[in-house]
Amino acid sequence: MFGRLTLDALPHDPVTIGGVAGGTVGLLIIIAAMTYFKKWGWLWREWLTSLDPKKIGVMYIVVAVIMLLRGLADVAMLRAQQAIFATSPNSPISPDLFQQVFSAHGTIMIFFVAMGVIFGLINLIVPLQIGARDVAFPLLNSISFWLFVAGMVLMNVSLGLGEFSAAGWLAYPPLSELAYSPGTGVDYWIWSLQIAGVGSLLSGVNFLITIFLMRRKGMTLMKMPIFVWSVVTSMVLVIFAFPILTATLAMLGLDRLLGMHFFTADMGGNPMMYVNLIWAWGHPEVYILVLPAFGVFSEIVPVFSRKKLFGYTSMVLALIAIMILSFTVWLHHFFTMGAGANVNAFFGIMTMVIAVPTGVKVFNWIFTMFRGRVSFQTPMLWFMAFVATFTIGGVTGVLMAVPGIDFVVHNSLFLVAHFHNMIIGGVLFGAFAAYAYWFPKFTGFRLHEGLGKVAFWCWLVGFLVAFLPLYALGFMGAVRRMDHYDASLGWQGLFIAAGVGVLIILLGVFFQVVQLAYSVWKRKELAVGPDPWGGRTLEWATSTPIAEYNFATLDAVHDRDAYWTVKKAHEKLSAQYYDIHVPNNSGYGALIGAAALGVGFALIWHIWWLAGVSMIALIALVISSTQRTDVEHVITAREVALTEKRLRGKRA
Amino acid sequence: MKSWHAVVAIILLPIIIGLAVFAYASTQHVPVFDPQGSVGAHEKDLILFTLALSTVVVIPVFLMLGIFAWRYRDTNHKAAYTPDAEGNRWLELLWWGIPIAIIAVLSVVTWVSTHALDPNKPLESTVKPLNVQVVALQWRWLFIYPEQRIASVNELVIPAGTPVNFRITADGPMSALWIPSLGTQVYAMTGMSSKLSLIADHTGTFRGSNSNISGTGYSDMYFNVKALPSRQDFDSWVKAFNDRPKHEHLDLDQYLTFAKPTHDKSVQYLHLHDVSLYDEIVSKYAHSDSGHHSSKHEGHEE
Ligand code: HEM
Ligand SMILES: [Cu+2]
Repeated sequence: MFGRLTLDALPHDPVTIGGVAGGTVGLLIIIAAMTYFKKWGWLWREWLTSLDPKKIGVMYIVVAVIMLLRGLADVAMLRAQQAIFATSPNSPISPDLFQQVFSAHGTIMIFFVAMGVIFGLINLIVPLQIGARDVAFPLLNSISFWLFVAGMVLMNVSLGLGEFSAAGWLAYPPLSELAYSPGTGVDYWIWSLQIAGVGSLLSGVNFLITIFLMRRKGMTLMKMPIFVWSVVTSMVLVIFAFPILTATLAMLGLDRLLGMHFFTADMGGNPMMYVNLIWAWGHPEVYILVLPAFGVFSEIVPVFSRKKLFGYTSMVLALIAIMILSFTVWLHHFFTMGAGANVNAFFGIMTMVIAVPTGVKVFNWIFTMFRGRVSFQTPMLWFMAFVATFTIGGVTGVLMAVPGIDFVVHNSLFLVAHFHNMIIGGVLFGAFAAYAYWFPKFTGFRLHEGLGKVAFWCWLVGFLVAFLPLYALGFMGAVRRMDHYDASLGWQGLFIAAGVGVLIILLGVFFQVVQLAYSVWKRKELAVGPDPWGGRTLEWATSTPIAEYNFATLDAVHDRDAYWTVKKAHEKLSAQYYDIHVPNNSGYGALIGAAALGVGFALIWHIWWLAGVSMIALIALVISSTQRTDVEHVITAREVALTEKRLRGKRA
Repeated sequence: MKSWHAVVAIILLPIIIGLAVFAYASTQHVPVFDPQGSVGAHEKDLILFTLALSTVVVIPVFLMLGIFAWRYRDTNHKAAYTPDAEGNRWLELLWWGIPIAIIAVLSVVTWVSTHALDPNKPLESTVKPLNVQVVALQWRWLFIYPEQRIASVNELVIPAGTPVNFRITADGPMSALWIPSLGTQVYAMTGMSSKLSLIADHTGTFRGSNSNISGTGYSDMYFNVKALPSRQDFDSWVKAFNDRPKHEHLDLDQYLTFAKPTHDKSVQYLHLHDVSLYDEIVSKYAHSDSGHHSSKHEGHEE
C-alpha cells in the first residue's frame, strides 16, 4: 500500500529530529495564525492563484528566502563540525548526516535559492522594463512557479521522511546508483530537481518569447535595457541546458527505478557519460545564474553614477559571447578524469577565453563611474563589493582553467572557495543590490539605509573571512566534503576562521531581517515616490504601487534609457486611456504543482497506485488547463482613468 | 561614515584578510607550495606564473575601482561630469585587447604545460620506473607492487629519485588519488585504468588522500607515502618483507572478502599471490557489450 514507506522512514538522530520538529512547529504556527485571522481565502485569491508576474515574482523570492535560511542553517552545522568536532572522535553529526547536509546545501542553494531569486527578479522586472503589461503565457508562468514550489517541498519532505542524498549536489554515479545508495535519498534529489527543472525550462521559453514579442513599440533589440539583454542570454542557456539535465536525471532515475544500466559501474553502464552530461548542463547553469546578476549591476551603476552605461554594445556582445562560450568549456570540471593532453588543453583555453568578455564587462562598469556623479547608497556598495570579490574569483577560475594547476587544486577547498566567490559575490550580492534598488518600486517605501549598510558590512567581512581561508586550505591539501581530519595537519585554525566568517554572515542576515521589519514599521517615514533614484528605464515610469496592468498607456519608446529621455524632455505621458485586458486568476498552477508533487513522492517511495493516480491527474489538469474559457477580464478605460488618478494623484 | 571610507574599506578588506590568511598559512605546512617532486614543482611554478600574469588585470581593476569611485563621488563638484558619454571605442578596444593578449600568452603556456604534465605520459628519466597499481575501495587504498609481489594497504612505500608509474582503478564509487606534496591527482574509476606518473625527489613522509566523495568512510581514506632515500633502500625493504617467514597472502578469492566496505584504517602488508589481480579487478566491470573497456581506455589519448 505505501511502497517502501514505513515508520522507519521517520528520523532517528537527534539533530534531524530537532530540525524537523522546529520546522513543523513553525509551519503549524503559520497555519494556525492564517486560520485564526481567516486569511486563507485572501491568500488563495490574491497570491496563490494570481497570474500577475509581479505577485509571482514576490512569491518566488519569498520561497527563495526561506530556502536561503535553511541552506544557511545547514552550512552552519557543516562548518561547526569542521571547526570544532572534526578532530575529536565524538561528534554529534555522523558522516552520513554530514554528507546529506552538504548535498542538501548545494542543491538548495543552486536550485531553490539562486534560481528562485533569479526567476523572481525576472518576473518582477522584465515585463516592466520592456513596457509590457504581462508575460506571453501567464498561466504557464504560474505553472512554472508551482513546479518550482513542488520541487522545493519534495526536497524538504526528505528531512522528515526517509533521507536526502549523500552523494553531493551533482550525485555522481556510481555512488548515486542503487549499489551504493540504496535508500530514498538520491531519489528525492532526482525527483525534486526533475520537477523544478521542468518549471525552469518552461519559464525560460516563456520569458524568451515575452521579450521577443511583447516589447513596447519602438524598443528595438539594441534599445532594450541591459538587464533584459542579460535575461535573454540567460534564458537561451536555460532552453539549451535544462533539457540535458532532464534527460540525465531521467536516465539516472531509470537506473534506480527499473534497474537499467546507463551509468552503473557494471553491466556496460558508463558513469563518465553522466559526468559529461551533468556538466554540459552544470557549466551553463552557473552562467544562467550570474548573467542576470550582471544585468542588475548594469542597471544600478548608471543610475547611481547619473550617467549612461559605458559601452552598451560591448556589454551586449560580451553577454552573447559568454552565452555561446559557456557551452564549450564543461570539461574543465574533470580535467583529472584522464582525457588526453590535447583535449584538456583545448578546454582549458576555451575556459580562459570566457574570462575575456567577463573582464570587458568589469571595465565597462568601472568606466561608467568615470566622469559620473557616484552616490554610495547600498546598491552601489554591493556593486563595489561584487567587483572586488568577483575579480578574485575570476583569477582563481583562470588558475583552475590551466589543467596543470587544476591537477593540484581540483576537489580541494580551493575549488569551493572559487565558486562561492562567484556565486555569493556575483549572484547573491547582485540579488541584494537588486533588492535594495527595486524594493521601493513595489512597496512605495525604501529600506532603511543604515541597517542595510550594517548588513552589507557583515556580509562582506563575513564572506571574506569565511572563504579566503579556504584557498589556503586547498593548497594545504584539504579536500572538500571532509567531516573530520587529523589535528596534526594544521588545518583547524583556518576552519575556525571560516566558521567565524559564517557567524558574521549570519549576523548580516539578522540585520537584513531587522532592516525589513524596521522598514515596514517605519514605512511612513521611509515613503518615496515612484522614481526615488532618478531611474532611467521604463519600470520607473509606472505609478507606485504599480497598477495590475503596469502601464495605463503604451507610449512608444525612442531611446535606450527610455524613461530618462522622457523626463529630460519633460514629455507628458499620454492620457488617452483604452480598455485593458488582464488575465483572470487560475488555480491550475497550484493544482498541477500538487499533482507533480504526488508523482514525485510516489516514485520515490515506490507507491505505484499513487504514482498512477497523480500522473493521470497531472495529465488531465494540463489538458483541461488549455481548455479554459474565462481567461481574462476587461478593465474599462474609465476604471483605468480612476485608478491612475488615485495612484498618481497622491505623489507625482 | 563618509562615502570614501567605504570605498577604501571595500578595496582594502580583501587585501587585509587575504594577507592575514597568507601570514597564518605560511606558518603551517602547505604541501602544494612545498613540492617534493618535479611534477609538483612544475605545477607550483605554473600557479605562481599565472598569478603574476593576472595581476596585470587585477591591479588596474582594484585601482580604477577605488580611484574612480572616490574621484567621481557625487559630493565632489570639481570633477568632470559627462552624463551622456556612451563609451569610447578606443578604450573599449583596449580592454578587449589586454585580456586577449594575456589569455593568448596563457594559452601557449597552457598548451605546453598540459602536454608536459599529461598524467598519461610516463616521466622522462634514466632511472627505471617503479610500477604501482592502485585500487580505491570503500574505504581504503590498496597498493599493488606487481613486480615485487607485495600488496600494501593504506600506506605506500617508494624510493626517492625513481619515477613511479601508477595505474589507478576503483572497486567502488569514483574516487581520486591525490598526494599534494608530489602533484597531480587523478580519478579512480571502476572498469578503467587511469595512468599517473609521479616522482619524489626527496626523502620524507607525505600525506595522500581521496579527493572525491565515495560514501561514509570518505574522510578516512588517507594514507602515508614513505619515500625511502634510494632504490637500494627500497630493494632491501622489499627483500626484508619477503624474507619474513609469515605474512598474509592476497589472491582473488581473498580479495573479494577484503574489498567489502570497511572503516578499518589499519596499515597492512600482504604477499601478492596473484600478479594479475589488478587486471582482474579492472576487467570485473568490463562486460562484453559496451565501449568503455579498460583496454580501450588505457591512456585514452583522444
Ligand atoms: C572567469 C570566469 C570563470 C572561470 C575561468 C572559471 C573556471 C572554473 C573551473 C576551471 C572550474 C573547475 C574546477 C575544478 O573542478 O577543479 C570551475 C568550477 C566552478 N565554477 Fe567557475 N569559472 C568562472 C566563473 C564562474 C562563475 C561566474 C560561476 C558562478 C556564477 C562559477 C561557478 C563555478 C562552480 C559552481 C564550479 C564547480 C562546482 C563543483 O565542482 O561543485 N564559475 N570554474
Ligand atoms: Cu564550469
